[in-house]
Amino acid sequence: MDDLDRRLINRLQLGLPLVRQPWQVLATELGYSSAELLDRLHEMLIDGVLTRFGPMFDLDRLGGAFTLAALAVPEPRFEAVAELLGDMPEVAHNYRREHTWNMWFVLACANEQAISETLSRIEQLTGLVPLNLPKEETYHVGLYFPV
Amino acid sequence: MTDTLNAQQALQLRRHLETGLPLTSRPFQALAEQIEASEQQVLEQVRRWHEQGLFRRVGLVVNHRALGFAANAMLVLDVPDALVDEVGRRLGQAPGISLCYQRPRRLPQWQYNLFCMIHGRQRDRVEAQVQALLEQHLLDDLPHQLLFSTQLFKQCGGRFAAPEGARADG
Repeated sequence: MDDLDRRLINRLQLGLPLVRQPWQVLATELGYSSAELLDRLHEMLIDGVLTRFGPMFDLDRLGGAFTLAALAVPEPRFEAVAELLGDMPEVAHNYRREHTWNMWFVLACANEQAISETLSRIEQLTGLVPLNLPKEETYHVGLYFPV
Repeated sequence: MTDTLNAQQALQLRRHLETGLPLTSRPFQALAEQIEASEQQVLEQVRRWHEQGLFRRVGLVVNHRALGFAANAMLVLDVPDALVDEVGRRLGQAPGISLCYQRPRRLPQWQYNLFCMIHGRQRDRVEAQVQALLEQHLLDDLPHQLLFSTQLFKQCGGRFAAPEGARADG
């Protein structure tokens, strides 16, 4: 990663201007051409340094239902359960964390009923009872990764 | 052609935006061609959605691990119900806190009702940062735990994670 990559990432985390030729605006700001900026962005998306470029939707306004859930998976079964969740389209991401509740995942479904059904299915398939921890109040959302 | 998109076009535009913004010098023109509208109509619709708060910005989702933010910690606290809003707002504004939410307790298995995410480069630094934060806000007496993630199995999923730009953090 070089200086241009870093500056581009930091700048784009603040948002692309909503104008006809947004890259022209950034090109002027950063001192590179629009084509150079677009090429770099494309490369970083292909490399997986970035996983998405586009509008950052507010989940609460999109319809659909979401929850954070956790499982306490016995260590010998951890990989198998992770694989099972990995195959479920409702599972948006899944982290191992250092805790008795060692598997933490987000469910994204069309509605609340589908969330309950998915949690029940996970319970049936694994024999483990998930913690269901839906968001009740949002105090801050401000992901920013200065590089 | 009228000034605004019809309902069908607006829906199509939203579906396209869920997959991201086209990587081209005139992205709104590219979107307009796909839904048979004008660049101006698309731009106005996108601005309107932005003003209404449907999305916060046209920006990035970074692979924070690839960028060296390997210490991803979830701080959970058991805050008395009467104080949780105030503490949530204060911690939410603290530097280094990426996300801050209230979630339900599930007694007896789970006693914590306030969740903060901290993304850092080094574990010991994140631990020190959290300790300082708790002391500064006089919260270190409250029951709390810091759960570091050690492995990521899946970063995005199916249809409803399509707006994955929405940080599907549940």
